Amino acid sequence: MVHWTAEEKQLIASVWGKVSVEECGAEALARLLIVYPWTQRFFSNFGNLSSPTAIIGNPKVRAHGKKVLTSFGEAVKNLDNIKGTYSKLSELHCEKLHVDPENFRLLGDILVIVLAAHFGRDFTPACQFAWQKLVGVVAHALAHKYH
Amino acid sequence: MVLSAADKSNVKAAFGKIGGHAEEYGAETLERMFAAYPQTKTYFPHFDLAKGSAQVKGHGKKVAAALVEAANHIDDISGALSKLSDLHAQKLRVDPVNFKLLGQCFLVVVATHNPALLTPEVHASLDKFLCAVGTVLTAKYR
Repeated sequence: MVHWTAEEKQLIASVWGKVSVEECGAEALARLLIVYPWTQRFFSNFGNLSSPTAIIGNPKVRAHGKKVLTSFGEAVKNLDNIKGTYSKLSELHCEKLHVDPENFRLLGDILVIVLAAHFGRDFTPACQFAWQKLVGVVAHALAHKYH
Repeated sequence: MVLSAADKSNVKAAFGKIGGHAEEYGAETLERMFAAYPQTKTYFPHFDLAKGSAQVKGHGKKVAAALVEAANHIDDISGALSKLSDLHAQKLRVDPVNFKLLGQCFLVVVATHNPALLTPEVHASLDKFLCAVGTVLTAKYR
């Protein structure tokens, strides 16, 4: 089980409380597909991903980004049992979706950058530490059931 | 991984906009790296790493200057950073994984100070550029 200090929990909750899950989710996923284009391999049925503009405006990307970040919220609500929270999702990503867990790390780093852009100086180094830790734990949990 | 003409243009423009803030960004990049990835502190046992440390500021200036130099010679990053590449291979021997951590923190600093600058396209180009710099600095490791 991951240990979270009271400060880390507070930093995570305070950022999460101000996040627009729809906006940040859409932006994070769009940036993943733009910055690391090979990640588009999982989204061949999403329609037009031919340019950054197309990706940002793509309604399927926006919807899926929202879905992904909404699910991330489950980790925030269950910091003391992230592995358990993502057990089924981990199996899904392995058995059905066939996603290399490296992609979870890439998305996590992008999410931190999106939050930094959103919160500016309020996204302090301590805040970044807590969130880099969280995205790492989430990535690890999503990879945990891989076989 | 190759920097396209658009990437080079994006990177030069980005550093142009960062301008005189580069040193400040360098210092904050290191501060964030030490905070977010404490294992990176192992390379600086001889430094005072407390907040506001003059040594960290000074070192951040050096890091920023190297990035600016690479951006200014973006057609030949390995030429521009050749001496630094030797230094990292022979003396510093920073494990290659750490360059990605530094790059992540640099992007976070740009994002916090100048989010408008970090459009998805520029984000992609800067990320590629930072990868290229890391590759050059570790090229002579073995």
